[in-house]
Amino acid sequence: MSTDARATAAVNDAGAQGAVPRTTLRSRHLISIDDLDSEEITLILDTAEAMKEIESRPIKKVPALRGKTVVNLFYEPSTRTRTSFEIAEKRLSADSLNVAATGSSVAKGETLLDTARNLEAMAPDMIVLRHAASGAPHQLARASRASVINAGDGTHEHPTQALLDGFTIRARKGRIAGLKVAIVGDLLHSRVLRSNVLLLRALGAEICVCGPPTLMPPGIEQFGVRATTRIDEAAEGADVIMMLRIQRERMQGHFVPSLREYFNVYGLTAERVERAKPDVIIMHPGPMNRGVEIASEVADGPYSVMLDQVANGVAVRMAVLYLLAGNPDDV
Amino acid sequence: MPVVMDAERMGRTLTRIAHEVSERNRGGDELALVGIRTRGAVIARRLAARLHDILGAEVPTGALDITLYRDDLMRQPVGPQPLVRRTEIPFSIDDKRIVLVDDVLYTGRTIRAALDALIDFGRPRSIQLIVLVDRGHRELPIKADYVGKNLPTSTTQSVQVRMEETDGRDEVVIQSDDVAGGGV
Repeated sequence: MSTDARATAAVNDAGAQGAVPRTTLRSRHLISIDDLDSEEITLILDTAEAMKEIESRPIKKVPALRGKTVVNLFYEPSTRTRTSFEIAEKRLSADSLNVAATGSSVAKGETLLDTARNLEAMAPDMIVLRHAASGAPHQLARASRASVINAGDGTHEHPTQALLDGFTIRARKGRIAGLKVAIVGDLLHSRVLRSNVLLLRALGAEICVCGPPTLMPPGIEQFGVRATTRIDEAAEGADVIMMLRIQRERMQGHFVPSLREYFNVYGLTAERVERAKPDVIIMHPGPMNRGVEIASEVADGPYSVMLDQVANGVAVRMAVLYLLAGNPDDV
Repeated sequence: MPVVMDAERMGRTLTRIAHEVSERNRGGDELALVGIRTRGAVIARRLAARLHDILGAEVPTGALDITLYRDDLMRQPVGPQPLVRRTEIPFSIDDKRIVLVDDVLYTGRTIRAALDALIDFGRPRSIQLIVLVDRGHRELPIKADYVGKNLPTSTTQSVQVRMEETDGRDEVVIQSDDVAGGGV
């Protein structure tokens, strides 16, 4: 054979050296990143890689989930996550329908489990749940024959956000292991933080979290992260800076003196970005508060990958839907 | 485990098929190859190199993953999802003469899925089919235009095409179920 073929063979052999790669997830639900091992995370990201190509086709639709019904049950307002799931479901040919808390029987006082039982009677295959109470998806999963995907529960987790963030970092940097990631903002209320710490730690990143003492959960170091209250220290030499939203709707106390004050001490400005690596990427799960956690010039600047995050969200959710749809319902 | 095609024979077979393709498509105008992952894509790349020698021009070559188009995808109540790999067709297939390439033609269901997938990429002028081995037992009305070797088999046997790029050597072997795992 040609030397060309031999070179290719060598590359493929190197890739095939390890154990047989995982091709399926163990659970039929996605509630927490904690339930996934690093192989399963890698499987989701690799599958998303294949799904990403579909958006470049003239017909952006494959028949994989034909005949499957997916209910998007959203108890909290959401634009990005809900539309992202909806597009993902449609690209896989699933039948999807949206149930929002307002304008449904939820507004009339029906409990989550009663709503779920009633939906169940219509035999959906999957339920995507966004809920203000931490643990709601877990509760639903125990009561439901359908696969449950957590689309954000209270201050607990937002697993598909962490997966799309991991996907975006891997696409930009070629790896996750060994990268220095700074996560800055409201650490106390952030489900994005929790999911990202679990995912990025599982894949070997070094994480430094930063926020005001009032928004820093005690004992956060137990998760294998470094914690600081100084943003300059967190940004120093970072490959990735991930900003978290100041969640005004979840703050029942006075955690920061004022938003202006917060920006002065913790806002990501162009000056502070200077401290990071020259090829740093800036991430934000959205929706962002310009002039609170991030300066407009940084949000719109060359290091920002926020729109990549949104675009990658669809491919990652397609991967999750596809992989969960084939799983046995005996868990 | 009888070897029904060795490396030398495979080389000659691919050269012969490349000549047939060039002859039937008169100079290869608008010709493009699409290999079905995994081994069909490897064979397509080999054929592209030979067609380049024969025609003196590059033949656009892509790789197609048909997993998401399989007709058995959601049918097993229990079972792992097949791994989805990336489809790479870096050219427009509109008005092209597409030559689809696969390693083994058996029930025809893979080719049915591939045809559906291709149509989602555009409207080719025509689609032809190359297979390295046709082992019979069709379940759908599908027929190859170019066949490397017709191999009569029973349904209890399995045919494995191995390619240097993916398996370390070029060969086609036929395996009977009753000796599988016996390490013959």
